[in-house]
Order: sequence, then structure tokens, then C-alpha cells
Amino acid sequence: MADLDINDVSMSFVDRSGKQLIALDRISLAIEHSEFVCLIGHSGCGKSTLLNIVAGLLMPTSGTIRCASAVVTGPGPERAMVFQSHALLPWMTCVENVHLAVKQAFRGAPRSELMDRAEQALKLVHLEHAIGKYPFEISGGMKQRVGIARAFAVQPKVLLLDEPFGALDALTRSSLQDELVRIVETTKTTVVMVTHDIDEAIFLSDRIVALSNGPAARIGRIWKVETPRPRDRLKLTTDFEGIKYRKEILEFLYKKEPFPQFAS
Amino acid sequence: MLNRLQQPWVASIAIFVGFICIWAWLTTTPSGPISAADAEYARLAGQSASGQQASAIPSPWAVALRGYELIAHALDNDNPNNLGIAWHLVYSMARVALGFTLALAVAVPLGFILGLWPACYQALDPFIQVLRPVSPLAWMPLALYTFRDSTISTIFIIFICAVWPMLISTATGTASVRAEWLNVSRVFGVPKLEHVTRVVFPASVPMILSGMRISIGIAWFVIVAAEMVGAQSGIGYFIWNEWNNLQIASMIVAIVLVGAIGLALDVILKRIGERLSFRE
Repeated sequence: MADLDINDVSMSFVDRSGKQLIALDRISLAIEHSEFVCLIGHSGCGKSTLLNIVAGLLMPTSGTIRCASAVVTGPGPERAMVFQSHALLPWMTCVENVHLAVKQAFRGAPRSELMDRAEQALKLVHLEHAIGKYPFEISGGMKQRVGIARAFAVQPKVLLLDEPFGALDALTRSSLQDELVRIVETTKTTVVMVTHDIDEAIFLSDRIVALSNGPAARIGRIWKVETPRPRDRLKLTTDFEGIKYRKEILEFLYKKEPFPQFAS
Repeated sequence: MLNRLQQPWVASIAIFVGFICIWAWLTTTPSGPISAADAEYARLAGQSASGQQASAIPSPWAVALRGYELIAHALDNDNPNNLGIAWHLVYSMARVALGFTLALAVAVPLGFILGLWPACYQALDPFIQVLRPVSPLAWMPLALYTFRDSTISTIFIIFICAVWPMLISTATGTASVRAEWLNVSRVFGVPKLEHVTRVVFPASVPMILSGMRISIGIAWFVIVAAEMVGAQSGIGYFIWNEWNNLQIASMIVAIVLVGAIGLALDVILKRIGERLSFRE
């Protein structure tokens, strides 16, 4: 049984003039336990919309999402999310931010245990020195680490990441990717990540799912990344395999599904 | 040295000195039977005033002297007709404090409700929009008639003028909490009450405090006028009373004090705002 089952999901919005806009068109995807899936596509193609539907923040117009065979009707602790903008509450310290999430996931547990879990989660992302700090006191990369710690702290079945490293510089991004790989290997969490960074997708994913251009985005193509783990970032840029995925994905995005204004 | 002279505060002092010089020149130069200010007064008041001795705008020194006298006797309280200026200011500030606190107690919870339930906001909005632009002084006769007490009336006036900015900014702050913070609550399943107290409220604190700052400014603005109309004490009453006695120098001293206290109130609330607001 798949950990996450996206079954025939369509999403349409009604715009101001009352016209119906189809964002996602009958998308089906089954994601296995401890699989790492990246959703890739042009900006505006609906990949974040799909992730928000999986998170339960949006309800699909038709179709269903099942997480561990239970139908998703709203957000739930088994699907934690890392947001694009770290989304830490600036009036709480790092540990309080994590604690707020942990408290809901382990309701009824004694406070000392909750605090302990929150601190452990921050240690997992090497932030033991920032436990009592406020978000404004730490760097952008550290804030996103706290966001990751918060998501892992609730021990989700499925971790959802919405372009979590998009706002970070290249070096910070690589170190956070390494961090993410390490944690996912130990926790065996199923991951769905939205990205528009092809290298990131190849480095992290078991499968890369490319969406076609919106409106009415569908699954365009799926690559299974066979490169064994642990993967070497440097080798991926020179290896035949790495280059092959990169070329195919680029071809798909720029030739087969070019950005609408470039289509001839 | 040159750099020091280019500081803005040097220019401020220069402007102040220049202002005092012009003031002094206009009020003291021609020492004839009719001073410059008298001539000015005569021109404004018509020919009838030209012959008689009118009370001129006092010179800066006269105002400074009057200021010294007023402050030396600031705490006088021996009889109701000789109340020191400090007492008047205390009366005014106490009325502002009471009216403002009442307004705060009403505006913040109500604004919170309006922000959380847009339907409530929409239902009350027409009333807010109609009542908000009404000059606080327009309420004065009605307040005096209703409460039959000048002190309660002035407090009511302060309340009615201070309530709107705080109400609207609280409602706006509560309704416009960033989507990402709301999503944090939803994704991690923060229960409603905790969501309101630990997410929505802290997020709207900066807006609430800026509303408070606007309100205290308006309240201090309005108290002077309110006391002129309907009180037997307070700085507004003091100014009006000195006007009736043609004590122009006292009026000017009071105006400066009103300005200084208004500034102090604003700085205090700004500091509180910086202390209580979150940083990003």
C-alpha cells in the first residue's frame, strides 16, 4: 500500500469574471513508503497547488488523496510541511516554534517530554546553539533548518516541502540538501518536494515528476533516478547518468513544455 | 568642526534662534506710543482699535518670565481660583488616561472580534464609518445633557475619539495576519484558542500599538478643545481662562507645554511599541 495516493485529482478555480480556470487536470500518483519524490515544472504550473492539496490546505475540485489509506479531508499531523518562506513565528524562540508543533502532534504528553522532543529536533539539524534564539537573530539558512526541524519533530509519515531552499544561496542550499538526505535516510520518511531546481531534484529524488504547463497541468513525464545512494554531488555533474537526467529534464521543460510565451 | 555644523540638530537650533529673533524684533522694536504689534492689531481690528492701548503679543522674554512664574507656582492649590498649571495638566492627563483606557478596553477586544469574523466587521462597518468622522466636540452638548457632569463628558469625548483608530487598526491587524503564519497553525493543527492567543494576537500587536499611538495623539489633541467647552479645570480650561483675562503670555506657555506633553506621550507609546512588537 502506498504511503500517499493521489487519485484522479483535479483542481479548478473561478476567476473574477466567473470563468472557470482548470489548474490541475486528473492527476494520479502513488508514492511508496520512504520514497523521495520531486515535483518539477515551470512556475505557475500548479505544483505548489498540488502540494497544498496533499497537505489538506486546499480541497481538490474532484479526486481524492489518501495518506496511509485514510482519505485526506484537511491538514493533519501525519503530513508535516516545510514552507518556502521559513514561516517561523517571529515572536517565539526557535525551540518554542518547534514546541508549538510538537505539542499538537503529541497531545497529552508531559511538557518536559515535549520540550525534549523540540530540542532533539533542533539538535538533529545542528542548531543546539540556537535553541533559545529568536528567528531574527539567526541567518536565513538557519531559519529554514528550524523549519525542517519543526516538520521532522512531529514525526510525520509524509514530509511535504514547498521549494524550501529556493530563497537560499547555493552553498547554504547544498548543505541543507545534505542535511535533508541524512535525516531522511535515518527516519525513512516519505518526502514530496516541490522544486524548480533540476540539480536539486536529481540529487535528492527517487522519482522526478514533471508537470506539464498550466492551465490544466497533467503529469508530463516521470523519471526514476537510479543513481545509487549516497550520491556524490560532484559526480552527478560529470557522470553520464547525471548528465542524462539533466538533459532529459531540460529538454522536457524547454522543448516539449516550453514556457507559454516562448512557444512558437 | 564643519561636519558637526552640518548636523540636523544644529540647523534645528538655528531655526529656533532665528524664530525667537524675529519674534523679539516684531514685538519689541518700535518703542513709540504705538508699537508694531499695536499697529498690526489696529490694522486687523479696524480703526477703532488704533487709538487705544491694546494688549500686544508679548515678547519672548515676557513669555519666558511668565513661564518661570507659572512653573514656580505650578503646584499652587490654595483656592479654586488659583490652581497651579501643573494641576491643570494633571487634570487633563487624568481625563485622557481614563478615556483612553476605556477606549482601549473596548476597541481591542471588539476589534479582535471584528478581525476574526469578517461578517461581524461587515455588519458593523456602516456604523463605524458614520460615527468615525464626527468631530468629537459635536458630542459635547449631547454628553453634557446626558451625563450632567463636565468631567464625565470630557472623558466620554476622549473615549469616543480614541476608540476608532484602535478599533480599526486592531481589526485590520487581526484580519491581515500573514497567510504563512495561518498555514503553520493549520498544518500543525494548532487548536482555535491557542491559535488566537499565540498566533493571531502576537501577529497583530504592532498594528494594535500603532492604533494606540494614533489614538493617544488624537486624545491629547481633543482634550484641550473639550476642556475649553465643558470643564472648570484642565489645560484647555486654563488656556480659555487666560484668554478671557487677556494673559497672552500664559496662553503661549500653555501651548508650548501642551506640545511638549503630546510629544512625550507619543515617544512613550513608540517605546512601548518597540518593546512589545516582534522583530524580524
